[in-house]
Amino acid sequence: MSGQLALEVRALRKTFGPVTAVDGLDLDVRRGECFGLLGPNGAGKTTTIEICEGLLEADSGDVLVLGQRWDRDQRALRERLGIQLQETQFSEKVTVLETITLFRSFYRNGPAPDDVIRLVQLDEKKSARVGTLSGGQKQRLSVACALAGDPELLFLDEPTTGLDPQSRRQLWDLVEHLRAAGRTVVLTTHYMDEAERLCDRVAIVDYGRAIALDTPRGLIRSLGAGHVVEVELANGAEASDGIFSATPGVLSTRMHGRTWTLQVSAAHEAVPAVLRTLEAGGFAMTELRTHTPTLEDVFVSLTGRHLREQ
Amino acid sequence: MTSNTLPSGATSSADTPSRGSARLNPLAQLTLTRFREFVREPEAVFWTFVFPLLLASGLGLAFRSRPVEVVKVGVLSSAPGAEAVRAALASDSTIQIVMLEDSAAGNALRIGTVALIIASNDAQSAEYRFDVARSEARTARLIVDGALQRARGRQDPVTVNESIVSERGSRYIDFVLPGLLSMNLMGSGMWGIGFSIVDARRKKLLKRFVATPMQRHHYLASFLLLRLGLMVVEVSVITLFGVFAFGVPMRGSLIAFAVACLLGALVFGSLGLLVASRVRTIEAASGFMNLLMLPMWVASGVFFSAGNFPDAIQPVIQALPLTAVVDSVRGIMLQGLGWTALAPEFAIVVTWLVLSFGFALRFFRWR
Repeated sequence: MSGQLALEVRALRKTFGPVTAVDGLDLDVRRGECFGLLGPNGAGKTTTIEICEGLLEADSGDVLVLGQRWDRDQRALRERLGIQLQETQFSEKVTVLETITLFRSFYRNGPAPDDVIRLVQLDEKKSARVGTLSGGQKQRLSVACALAGDPELLFLDEPTTGLDPQSRRQLWDLVEHLRAAGRTVVLTTHYMDEAERLCDRVAIVDYGRAIALDTPRGLIRSLGAGHVVEVELANGAEASDGIFSATPGVLSTRMHGRTWTLQVSAAHEAVPAVLRTLEAGGFAMTELRTHTPTLEDVFVSLTGRHLREQ
Repeated sequence: MTSNTLPSGATSSADTPSRGSARLNPLAQLTLTRFREFVREPEAVFWTFVFPLLLASGLGLAFRSRPVEVVKVGVLSSAPGAEAVRAALASDSTIQIVMLEDSAAGNALRIGTVALIIASNDAQSAEYRFDVARSEARTARLIVDGALQRARGRQDPVTVNESIVSERGSRYIDFVLPGLLSMNLMGSGMWGIGFSIVDARRKKLLKRFVATPMQRHHYLASFLLLRLGLMVVEVSVITLFGVFAFGVPMRGSLIAFAVACLLGALVFGSLGLLVASRVRTIEAASGFMNLLMLPMWVASGVFFSAGNFPDAIQPVIQALPLTAVVDSVRGIMLQGLGWTALAPEFAIVVTWLVLSFGFALRFFRWR
């Protein structure tokens, strides 16, 4: 294992009773990158990240964090990590500044609380009690507490889940800013747009395994498709089995409900062919959409399911 | 908000490890946070400081020392010799006479407005009606009978000299104030520590703290420090109130008193910690707390002597931590007990303290 890596995970396994949460997962996170664990709820992302954070013990496997191990270097590692958990509720009666000052006091080194507050843009709420903050502000406070020890490696577990769009963008700006400043960030998310925008590299996690690992662009390129075409049929969806299998330019097909999702090499060539196929088969459609492929399409092509499906 | 509006000064200081701020003492910060959480919760302040004072005032007023009790007796106005009876008893200031019609007399006796009714009295005989089960009725009988017999010419063979004593320390307020003080130590110790820890666990704040380099014993110590600080205030407020407002005595040494209160605060804090060591919800914690505290409220001699309970269960009652704390605090204040006399109580408290603290640390769940 090399010292250049911020995080190395090998053959990680963790079960909770009969449930296997993590099932032989491997990861390499490089220093200075923003690394994403993308997967649906229940895929094992939080279990994985909590094992890496030293909050859970693995059943088996190997975890090396910043070149150190939890069983030997717990104290030292805690000083070097910043951790944001999914559901922490900070004391409501205490102010933003007081909360960050408390967390700062746990670490040997770190920035002044005021500087962290400025960084997460909570200046105006500095003297406000935590109970009065909005969801997005609470989440930024949570990130601020993770930054209190000037961490070399920052773990963010679903940092934008449950936030409104504007708060999500504010948090994205903050993470991008941290990444630009050279911090290593590991985040989990089930939002593909979040992973695509923030992460240098993404591991797609499903049923406790990393089923793909690359840059978002590399993952999308691996589909080999230039576009995705979605066709919603007005009638006869049940009888439409395999109609597009011979359509020129269509690389792969998938049907869900009344909607066909087709990965095509190029939209301008495939769409006329698709329309001809429909006409020949006597199918009418209610909607036709095309988009450039996203991580969602990668996930669908790898698992046959959508990220948001349970 | 876009990333290019981020102030650059903040960026460099938060992102450059070489710059930074001086470290503050984590134990002091944790204790300060505990303190802020406490004083910003008005209900907690009320229950800790104001409630025991209100309770002590109420009980003090209800059971204040009254002037010598006056016994009300009724005289049937239709009875023979009623006027003579009235005249005979009029000189006794401890008796108040009410003249009653026959119809009203029975009722007055039943509802207790008079303790005894003199139905008739002449030179040879008298008839008293009273309920022998009521102690004030028996008292009334003795007083009335003595006064009437003397009025008819009885000579007492013995001359009696009475010296009236009114001792501080024997009133109900003297009895109940040390009880309230101990009960308060129990309530705020168990709730103050137990509730906050379960709340922090429920909010995943414990888990978040464990994810930092925070020393776990600092976290637990911060609760203890705040508890001891509040204990000093609580005990002072209640004791000074008792001493100055009601003249409750403080006969023992202040050092023994302080040690008893300190042990009380520690033992109930540890019990709170034990209850909170694994519980995940406030509801479950409340249930356990009440289960532990209710028997002690009732049996430990806060409001009435624990001796009222049957002998068979006395060993259990005496072994309860609240009984030991109540007995030692009360013994110091009212009887001025010294260290030797307090040793058994202190031993019980220390045993509870060691056991509950030990188990609490062993079972404590940080997430």
